[in-house]
Amino acid sequence: MAVALVLVLIVVGSVLFHFLSPWWWTPIASNWDYIDNTIIITFWITGVVFAAVVLFMAYCVFRFRHREGNQAAYEPENRRLESWLTVVTAVGVTALLVPGLFVWSRFVNVPSDATEVEVVGQQWQWSFRLPGKDGKLGTSDTRDVNAENPLGVIAADANGQDDVVVEAADLHLPVGKPVKMLLRSIDVLHDFYVPEFRAKMDMIPGSVTYFWFTPTKTGTFQVLCAELCGQGHPMMHGVVMVDTQEDYLAWLGQQQTFAQLSAPQQMGSAE
Amino acid sequence: MVDITPADAVPPAEVAEMELYHPHSWWTKYVFSQDAKVIAIQYSATATAIGMVALVLSWLMRLQLGFPGTFDFITPEAYYQFITMHGMIMVIYLLTALFLGGFGNYLIPLMVGARDMVFPYVNMLSYWIYLLAVLVLVSSFFAPGGPTGAGWTLYPPQAIMTGTPGGQDWGIILMLVSLILFIIGFTMGGLNYVVTVLQGRTRGMTLMRLPLTVWGIFTATVMALLAFPALFVACVMMLLDRALGTSFFMPAIVEMGEQLQHGGGSPILFQHLFWFFGHPEVYIVALPAFGIVSDLISTHARKNIFGYRMMVWAIVGIGALSFVVWAHHMYVSGMHPYFGFFFATTTLIIAVPTAIKVYNWVLTLWRGDIHLTIPMLFALAFIVTFVNGGLTGLFLGNVVVDVPLSDTMFVVAHFHMVMGVAPIIVIFGAIYHWYPKVTGRMLNETLGRFHFWVTFLGAYLIFFPMHYLGLMGVPRRYNELTDMTVMTESAHHLNSFISIMAFIVGFAQIVFLFNLIWSIRHGREAGGNPWRATTLEWQTAETPPGHGNFGKDLPIVYRWAYDYSVPGAKEDFIPQNVPGSFGPSREPA
Amino acid sequence: MRMALSDWQPLPIPPLLWLNTGVLVLSSIAMQCASLAARKGQVDMVRLGLASAGLTALAFLVGQLMAWRELSADGYFLASNPANSFFYLLTGMHGLHILGGLVGLGRTTVGAWNGARPQRLRLSVELCAMYWHFLLFVWLAIFALLAGWASTLIDICRGLLT
Repeated sequence: MAVALVLVLIVVGSVLFHFLSPWWWTPIASNWDYIDNTIIITFWITGVVFAAVVLFMAYCVFRFRHREGNQAAYEPENRRLESWLTVVTAVGVTALLVPGLFVWSRFVNVPSDATEVEVVGQQWQWSFRLPGKDGKLGTSDTRDVNAENPLGVIAADANGQDDVVVEAADLHLPVGKPVKMLLRSIDVLHDFYVPEFRAKMDMIPGSVTYFWFTPTKTGTFQVLCAELCGQGHPMMHGVVMVDTQEDYLAWLGQQQTFAQLSAPQQMGSAE
Repeated sequence: MVDITPADAVPPAEVAEMELYHPHSWWTKYVFSQDAKVIAIQYSATATAIGMVALVLSWLMRLQLGFPGTFDFITPEAYYQFITMHGMIMVIYLLTALFLGGFGNYLIPLMVGARDMVFPYVNMLSYWIYLLAVLVLVSSFFAPGGPTGAGWTLYPPQAIMTGTPGGQDWGIILMLVSLILFIIGFTMGGLNYVVTVLQGRTRGMTLMRLPLTVWGIFTATVMALLAFPALFVACVMMLLDRALGTSFFMPAIVEMGEQLQHGGGSPILFQHLFWFFGHPEVYIVALPAFGIVSDLISTHARKNIFGYRMMVWAIVGIGALSFVVWAHHMYVSGMHPYFGFFFATTTLIIAVPTAIKVYNWVLTLWRGDIHLTIPMLFALAFIVTFVNGGLTGLFLGNVVVDVPLSDTMFVVAHFHMVMGVAPIIVIFGAIYHWYPKVTGRMLNETLGRFHFWVTFLGAYLIFFPMHYLGLMGVPRRYNELTDMTVMTESAHHLNSFISIMAFIVGFAQIVFLFNLIWSIRHGREAGGNPWRATTLEWQTAETPPGHGNFGKDLPIVYRWAYDYSVPGAKEDFIPQNVPGSFGPSREPA
Repeated sequence: MRMALSDWQPLPIPPLLWLNTGVLVLSSIAMQCASLAARKGQVDMVRLGLASAGLTALAFLVGQLMAWRELSADGYFLASNPANSFFYLLTGMHGLHILGGLVGLGRTTVGAWNGARPQRLRLSVELCAMYWHFLLFVWLAIFALLAGWASTLIDICRGLLT
């Protein structure tokens, strides 16, 4: 008896917790409300299934608990019932999968007007590189990383000369413009994660990964590392500021290009 | 579908009985024993002992997370060493070893009606190599630099670099060596379990008459034999990378401003190898639990398991499918994004046979005669926690939903619920169920109920709210959750609450251990078949079963394992070795 | 594929490997003879087959070691680059399996000389033969992979698909 009651309380408590507790996701600041919607669909379907199974079980425990003289039914199988349950489950699973795959295809196909921004992870800080006036990022190689060239930009590549290099500082992005984040690491795995943007992706030394999003709100957002990268992992914070177009251009004007950084002496003498 | 042949048609004996190994001294009887029952107890005791270490490690982690800054001795290095060892011990050295080495060794020969495993000597070696693996693992706590802190997934390159505790010390080397030993030992045991199920069954025990416990352990063992080699080569390759400077998993790397001598390797290759083992591993733990819980529910609800054939095919189907879903652990790993479509589809397909199993468990309760014994309570608790954990798996398996949730506390809550709490609850239920057979005495009922309620409700209160931390965006594997915008004040309170619950649940396990030891001498006498169950292990001449399991003659099996409450029978159960038919047999053919 | 990257420098396949492959094929044939003889109960033939299979397998292992020495003399070391590492890893693991097989074969051979029961001898010989054929098959697959034929095959398949 107590068991049946507790089972009912578990369902009621879980549902109440879901709706009443203060713990819920951060306000979204990107175009990925599709993802949030898919999560909501999943919550509804799985919530109904959870409640149905546990309440049915509670009813069985209450109704068919042992009393003197009871005898259980003898029913090895019931093909019709089993087939029906299989079909209903398959339908429910499809209802989850189809929107999921639909949104995933949006997630992996980057719109053609997205600007590229490179994020470089290393133990335990974030650096960034933006394409210069030519709109192209120069190629890079981990073998070329040294104190003067912390991101390993290949100096021989003309596309890289005007790239804006932001070493271990805040990244700024213009609001409302789609951006393709190219992710790279020079030592171990990292993962560029801003909870408000919903998107994240691991960064792997030796290859370039990506995701894209459109920031929809101006403001300051915290970057977290979401792939264990050694003992400094929890301290690997960064900052992304989403600006209006004017603020963004003002910030961009203050940044230095790869050519300026790699030839500081020449610049100094020229002034 | 109804088979009208008489149930007592039994094929004649084809092979002579195997020659039984006979111990000659105390040492060969209790220490270097080749008796599967003794080996089972050795496996279980070792796994429980190392499991207690992992439990203490989880307390230390919860101390740090629940009350940050209070305990100075838990440095970041120590914290990462704790999570790594906690995860590795729980998944491999506790759950895998206990289900297959412990329950497998004890139950397979008894349930299929064999006198022992087919290769008793190899079976003994299996345990001693397992013990060696555990000792090597424990030794890393005392090695210079301490155990590895690479996370239980041991992802390179960080696993073998200086930024990770134990990466350039002994920690990672001892971890890899211990895993290699474990796999060698397990392979020896695993071959035994498979061959015994296929070749060692008694007369009349057809495959479709096997109890689901045996089906679960058998399928899990086959899977383990196929999956562990992937981990084995991954360990060998990483060991070569670490010790001999090869570059299987190491691309060009600049570590703290210094170019390393590696180049050309692929870190993702390790992840594929690891999860090709790692995902089947989830089911290697889950399938024995599925099988055992089916038998617990059937026995204690006095009703045949509903849809036996479907249950068998679901076990086999889940086992097969689990080899084509591994990369759902890698949706945000940077692998080719189009893989996401394939692996999300296969992952959600596997939900269908899993759901069928859940339906059949609850439909077994329907119109049953439910005895709310402690094993039954644990079985009910398993269904709640497993359904909860399985459903959150639908979030993480659906590739795009996984993107915001992966590497957050949601994942931690999910896998603890589905492959931590749920299987361990089955282990508890199984121990309360079979303890009378192993020792001849019942476990104490009052302590048992206390243990059940604290464990079940406590574990649910730990892990259910934890999902919502993940939903907020709180990442996993952070030893400090300070200076983070996602962590609100109330979320810190929630963390403290979870920690306190963890201590309470942990304490209940100590009560349980006390019960285990105390009842060996002081428990109520159980008799041979206290649950009035049908399977062969309850029909032995002696309790605990003597050497050779069954008396002079092996039992002959006349019916399936689920003849409970058969209409027209005198009692509400008919053991498998009782001949005679009661109307046309309705067992599935 | 990583093989297309510059870090991946395939190493030349020593011609000796062809000879070793031939030796391993001979070993498998000898095992098959032993297995057939065991079925007919011809103990002398079984002994001959087992002995020659064992010796040829040993010769294969020696040949593999010589191939390793040849390669490292030419500067292709284990840790030089991933292609080398994979070569040594695959051949090394295969060699270890042969070594393990030789232990089993040794026990069977001793049994064949000391008059083991025909039933039991036949089972051991047949199991050894099965293992031998399996290792030969694995070796052929590894050899094809290392010699680069597998990638040609993949290219052909890719050509058909696109």
